[in-house]
Amino acid sequence: MKMKLATLALGAAIAATPALAELTFTALSYRTGPYAANGIPFADGYEDYFTLLNERDGGIGGEKVELIECETGYNTEKGVECYESTKGQGALVYQPLSTGITYQLIPKATADGIPVHSMGYGRTSAKNGEVFNWIFNYPANYWDGASVAIKYLLEENGGSLEGKKIALVYHNSAYGKEPIRTLEELSAKHGYELMTLPVDHPGQEQKSQWLQIRREKPDYTLMWGWGVMNQVAIQEAVNIRYPMENFIGIWWSGSENDVLPAGEGADGYKALTFHNVGSDYPLFDDIQQYVVDAGMAAGAGDQIGTALYNRGLYAAMLAAEAAKTAQEMHDTAALAPAQMRDGMENLVMTEAKMADLGLPNFGPEFEVSCQNHGGEGYAAVAQWDANAESWSLITDYMQSDQDVLQPLIDEDSSAYAAEAGIEAGCM
Amino acid sequence: MPEQLLFAMEVTLNGLMAGVLYALVALGFVLIFKASGIFNYAQGVMALFAALTLVGIQDGQVPFSHLINAIFGTDVHHFGWHVPAIFAILLTAAVMVLFAWIVERYVLRHLVNQPGIILFMATIGLAYFMEGFGDMMWGSDIKKLDVGLPQGINFAIDDTTFEWFGYGFFIDNLDISATIVAVILVVALTVFSQYSKQGRALRAVADDHQAALSVGISLRFIWVLVWSIAGFVALVAGIMWGSKSGVQFSLSLIALKALPVLMLGGFTSIPGAIVGGLIIGVGEKLFEFTIGPLVGGATENWFAYVLALIFLVFRPQGLFGEKIIERV
Repeated sequence: MKMKLATLALGAAIAATPALAELTFTALSYRTGPYAANGIPFADGYEDYFTLLNERDGGIGGEKVELIECETGYNTEKGVECYESTKGQGALVYQPLSTGITYQLIPKATADGIPVHSMGYGRTSAKNGEVFNWIFNYPANYWDGASVAIKYLLEENGGSLEGKKIALVYHNSAYGKEPIRTLEELSAKHGYELMTLPVDHPGQEQKSQWLQIRREKPDYTLMWGWGVMNQVAIQEAVNIRYPMENFIGIWWSGSENDVLPAGEGADGYKALTFHNVGSDYPLFDDIQQYVVDAGMAAGAGDQIGTALYNRGLYAAMLAAEAAKTAQEMHDTAALAPAQMRDGMENLVMTEAKMADLGLPNFGPEFEVSCQNHGGEGYAAVAQWDANAESWSLITDYMQSDQDVLQPLIDEDSSAYAAEAGIEAGCM
Repeated sequence: MPEQLLFAMEVTLNGLMAGVLYALVALGFVLIFKASGIFNYAQGVMALFAALTLVGIQDGQVPFSHLINAIFGTDVHHFGWHVPAIFAILLTAAVMVLFAWIVERYVLRHLVNQPGIILFMATIGLAYFMEGFGDMMWGSDIKKLDVGLPQGINFAIDDTTFEWFGYGFFIDNLDISATIVAVILVVALTVFSQYSKQGRALRAVADDHQAALSVGISLRFIWVLVWSIAGFVALVAGIMWGSKSGVQFSLSLIALKALPVLMLGGFTSIPGAIVGGLIIGVGEKLFEFTIGPLVGGATENWFAYVLALIFLVFRPQGLFGEKIIERV
């Protein structure tokens, strides 16, 4: 009898408790395992931004934000388990933080009607929103990255790469192979010679690749690496005295973690980025006041302003702005995943909006539409200063070569649509 | 001399150096397998844990600082001192001895007479425990490891080979250091096992547990001893690999590089680990140099495991392993 009364009392208490959170965001993070050093700052940035919105603004549009974090260990199977175990909790959008997990979630999330934002990773051709209705990859994808790197090198060489040799050192996986087709197309257009050098997972041993670079002396080397592959590649480049200013990594090869182990030798190394660096923005003052000083920082609070922390924060900011857009479109504060998708598809990021948020010039301006889920493909080049131990942008945001990329995206997305039996069109 | 031949010579030399690094990892496996018949899945994580502890001690990092700060609301991270490399290495070696004692006391002692597969499973559990424990103790950020070993191109070799052939060979100073350390380690281990009382006891246990017990050799002491030596070897491997990539959690994956070496050299032979490492190192580098470009590259892991498979088919005990014959 006592047990029954207790159960009833507990039930009544639960029923009487008002819902504390109405907008549920999900972060598939990895704070453990071999890639934890990269997963932690991103997850901290993502979480801190939503904590800031809750503490400073009372949430988004008056609705508190609940963030569900699920640990994937950067393992695709665990990532799918995370998705399955959290999708029933009202998740508005998933940020899988892994190309492998994104590929697995594309059909699942499409069937379940939950949007996925794979920001700067995942399937590049998901940019075609008419085929991938529920998948978004704004503001830039891997092919944009490859194209912007070449555009930067064109600028460095007076508009011509004729006769130049460019090496691509890449992780021998679907992720690492992403830029090859684009670089081949651009090679045909601009007349440079492309040399591809795959590195086996995890990339702790790269002597063969760097001996080849030493022998063949490419003018420039691009890198599509991840985790330990980045640190070893940069150290090997230092060892063979490869000029660091001619070595450019994709954004996943451009964090402090990648360059610090090589010390002074990494000075001058460059990496692409689709968001700004450092913490000299008004919003970071608010992060300090409302999150860090209040003892609510995610993790140890020691990652603020690092490249990957900023990326996580930027991803959360884009999710929050899409939620605001959805609230305005549907005239409701509480959102469903389908409404969130509408918000993402109608997201417009302008400089004025970013300045209002306290993040002036933090990312490129872009506009999402039904046809274009990937933005306009702008990215910038950052350079590492080993003495100051900091990154700084050395270019403005540059647009990728849409004349070359759009046909590739159309071709790949059409092939996917045919394979999956999808009839392309807007929702 | 033809250019391609010069390149092949350079690749071969670098393959030998890479092989030494593989052998350093394989040595730890061999020591434990030889003395106790346990395939120690945790060997890679031991290298990681040793390297984390070394950097932590060197940098004066407060162990479990995140946990302490979370529980007590403090903000402590560093003691504020820097320990010289040699003392930090000695202190880390002491930690690895303590670790060996704990493993014997709380894991192995309770699994005496259990089948090999149970002991293997126990080491899997141990690997996961240590990975999490190391994370909690020292944090998961990537740490720069600097014990004063020179790194980068060896200019003497570069200049000399340039004078001889008109092409300077690239040899990494760190690889040369690793080779010297590996030679010292193997000589020391050989002298220890051949000429010391404990070494003879270790060999006796390796030959026959029951017979060794019957003449009064303490199995527990031998296990602590051999896990301590394997811990020290893991520390050396952790230093060499950690100097290349920084100390990070993927350091535990270096164990993957040791498996083909063990299959080739044999699980019970110290010279086998060295020779196996050299064969794998040179073989994979030359294969990548000659055949790699024809098949798209990244052949090194594939080559190492395929070579090991071929050895398994024709010589299951490896080059130097003991042939196990069971008579009915």
